[in-house]
Parts: sequence; structure tokens; C-alpha cells
Amino acid sequence: MEDLVDGLLSGKVRSLAKAITVIENDRPGKRELLKRVYPKTGNAYLLGITGPPGAGKSTLTDKVIANLRKQGKTVGVIAVDPSSPFSGGAILGDRIRMQQHALDEGVFIRSMATRSHLGGLAKNTVDVIHLLDAAGKDVIIVETVGVGQDEVDIVRIAQTTVVVMVPGLGDSVQIAKAGVMEIADVFAINKADRDGADKLFSEIRAMLDMVKGEIKPEVFRTVAVDDVGIEELVQGIFAHGARVEESGFIEDKRARKAESELRAYLVDNIMERSLGLHIYDDVVKRVAAKEITPMDGVEELFCKLGMEKGEN
Amino acid sequence: MDKKIKVLIAKPGLDGHDRGAKVVSRALRDAGMEVIYTGIRQTPEQIVATAVQEDVDSIGMSCLSGAHNKLFPKVVNLLKEKGAGDVLVFGGGIIPDEDIPGLKESGITEIFLPGASTEDTIEFIRNNVKQGV
Ligand SMILES: Nc1nc2c(ncn2[C@@H]2O[C@H](COP(=O)(O)OP(=O)(O)O)[C@@H](O)[C@H]2O)c(=O)[nH]1
Ligand SMILES: [Mg+2]
Repeated sequence: MEDLVDGLLSGKVRSLAKAITVIENDRPGKRELLKRVYPKTGNAYLLGITGPPGAGKSTLTDKVIANLRKQGKTVGVIAVDPSSPFSGGAILGDRIRMQQHALDEGVFIRSMATRSHLGGLAKNTVDVIHLLDAAGKDVIIVETVGVGQDEVDIVRIAQTTVVVMVPGLGDSVQIAKAGVMEIADVFAINKADRDGADKLFSEIRAMLDMVKGEIKPEVFRTVAVDDVGIEELVQGIFAHGARVEESGFIEDKRARKAESELRAYLVDNIMERSLGLHIYDDVVKRVAAKEITPMDGVEELFCKLGMEKGEN
Repeated sequence: MDKKIKVLIAKPGLDGHDRGAKVVSRALRDAGMEVIYTGIRQTPEQIVATAVQEDVDSIGMSCLSGAHNKLFPKVVNLLKEKGAGDVLVFGGGIIPDEDIPGLKESGITEIFLPGASTEDTIEFIRNNVKQGV
């Protein structure tokens, strides 16, 4: 473990990769690893890229990486794709779009499957972000489909979250769905080469006019495949970061970020500890036999964990 | 706890036929594995850099262009250079029988010819990947 941490901190790719596996597979030594790495974190700019499947997130990420590299920034990428609910396996294909960076020492890309555990994705992703941060990456990009609380939690941790939308996907529905308005710091209307980009643009703007908020998100048009609009998008991203920094809302954002991080751990820890109790199987049996309600079952588990009884 | 097996399915060489690679990828996913797929026309250098970053247990390569004798061993050698010699490497595609002994000699653990069932591949990976630290 020592070797791994030293290697990671001195920028060894293989150490970083192995350390991520320790996190992903919940290996022994994980806590120790994080304890050593945590003090070295806090320097990276964390960028979330989220949006529906096929919107062009990976293609956009590829172009954003290229742009950041031109500015001399090193980049870490975590590309999250769903696991199959049937087999637990996954095909992780985001990298296909980013292979031009495979040999660039300044870019580290890691694919992650959502796997099935509740809450675990967010927690694992946060931990992997810490590793990339400690390894000295200037910008860390997290690509997710952005559905479900887990992924929203990830996105909340980001300094700036880009929501990628495309024309013609049942536009206003996309916007209203999944609290997109709430998480978006910057909008990218990708595939702007297609019909309907203008319409989507005005719809988003109209929607934004209705929400009150600290800082209004900017809306950009991109054609990721043709590398169009990327420069403006990247500038918009950092401009957002700077505005947050200046506005005094930074404290809000920090608190929100800390809370999301805490919540990610909380959900997973409560789950893990409860499932690990020796009375757990017995409680399941008694709920199945209708001897107790699920709510009572939870109370019993919590009681065992030494937690106080809830209000209801 | 059972660890998830991670496999990189890669297509070195200049041919653009990735149907076979996709079939294998899906079969491995359905067998509960996590498959990183990187698309066609990958150089051995790209394949190995990807394998190291993703910390995969195994690499499966398919090559139809005839350049397997050069490309497959190159991948094995680069893996060793990067300290990742423990990664299980297998190959597939159109490969003449007489090439197989040489490929195995160079560190490709198994070659699956067209017509091999995906079950064989799954079995092979399960039995041969180094599980543990
Ligand atoms: N027409 C058009 N197609 C694009 C654009 N950006 C990405 N695509 C294509 O959209 C498909 C999905 O892209 P991908 O980046 O994998 O989407 P993701 O699922 O959101 O990561 C690919 O075939 C891309 O080539 C764009 O700006 N215009
Ligand atoms: Mg993608």
C-alpha cells in the first residue's frame, strides 16, 4: 500500500490505476489509502459532464481534453457507464471517442461501471476523484448519464456541471426532467448541426428566465464531432467557476459540495453496516413472515447499530 | 467477495471489421464481466496504455488484417515493459494454424479461431485470470 501511495503521488500511472482498483473493489487498505491521499487533494478543477445517452458527452469530453491540453493542463477522466441489471456486467465504450489521448502522459482515463450497489457509485467516484486529484491532475472530468440520485450526487460535487442536450429529443421534457435545471451550471446544446438547435436554445433560455438563482447558466452550441464551439464552451466553464468564486456564493457551493460528499458516504455506510449485522437475515425473515413491518425492521437494525430512534 | 473481471477488447491493425469483437464484448458482459471496448485500428501502444490505465485483468485482441504475428507479440512485450506482464492475453480472428505455436510462444495464452464458441472464451478467462492483489 505504501508503494502504491508513493507511486501515485509521484505520478506513476500504474500505481494510480492499481489504487483505483483498490477503491472499486473495496479491497483491504482502502481506508488507509484514502487517509494518506486526502491531505494532498483540493487542487483539481472538477468538471461534471452529464446528459442523456448518445448526446455526445464522450465526443465532447474528447474535444474538451484536447483544448485543456493545449492550455498545458493535465486531465483525469472518469467515464461512468451503466452495468447490466441482468448480468452485473457492462460494456464501457466511452473511451472509443477519446483514444487520440491514449498515449498522452498528461491524460488519464478510467472507465467505471455503475455496478449495482446502492449509493456506492457516488462514494466510489468521489474516492477516485480524490486519487486523480492527489496524482496532480489539473482538471478532472466526470462523464455520467446523470440519472438517479447517485449520479446527481456526483454532479453536485463538481465545481462546474455541463448538461449536454441535443435537439429533437422531446426538448422541454429533457429540460424539466431529473432536475436538470437545478444541476446545470452551463448548458451545451450539442449536435447543433441538426435542425431544432435554435428552438432548443430559446426553450432553455425561456426556462432559465423563470428560475431565480444565484448565477444564471450560460448556454452554448457545440458540434462535438467537428470540434465546433469547444473553445467557447471551455471558456464558459472556467468563467462560471470564476463567477462562483467572486460572487460570495462560493461558501454555499462549498457547503453543498461537502454535504453531497458526506451524503454519498452516509448512504453507503449505513447500508453496508446494516447488511453486515448478524441479525440482518433474521430481520428479513421476520419481515417476510409479516411478523414485523419493514419500518420496524429498520428500527431494529438501527437500534443494533446504536442509532437513536427516529421521530416517526 | 467476488471481484469483477475486467477485460479490454481491442482491435489492432488496419482492418475495420469489429463485428466479432462486438459479439465477444456482449457475451462477456452477459457473463458478468466488465468490458472496455476501444474501437478499431488501435496501435499496440494505445492498447497497452489503455490496459494499464484501466487496470484490466485480461486483453482480448481480434485481428483480421493478417498482421497478428507482429501486433500480438508487440502487445505482450509492451505490457512487460510497463510492469503489467501479469495481464492475461488472448487473441482471435483469422489466424493460420501454423502461426499459433509461435504466438503462444510469445505469450499469447490462447487463440480462438472463427467458430469458437463465446462460452469457451468465457471459461478460458474465468480459469486463467490472476485474481487477487
Ligand atoms: N451530428 C452530430 N453527431 C454527433 C455530435 N457529437 C457526437 N455525435 C455522435 O453522436 C454519437 C454518440 O456520441 P457519444 O459521444 O458516444 O455520446 P454519449 O453517449 O453522450 O457519450 C456518436 O456517433 C457521435 O459521433 C455532433 O455534434 N453532431
Ligand atoms: Mg459516453
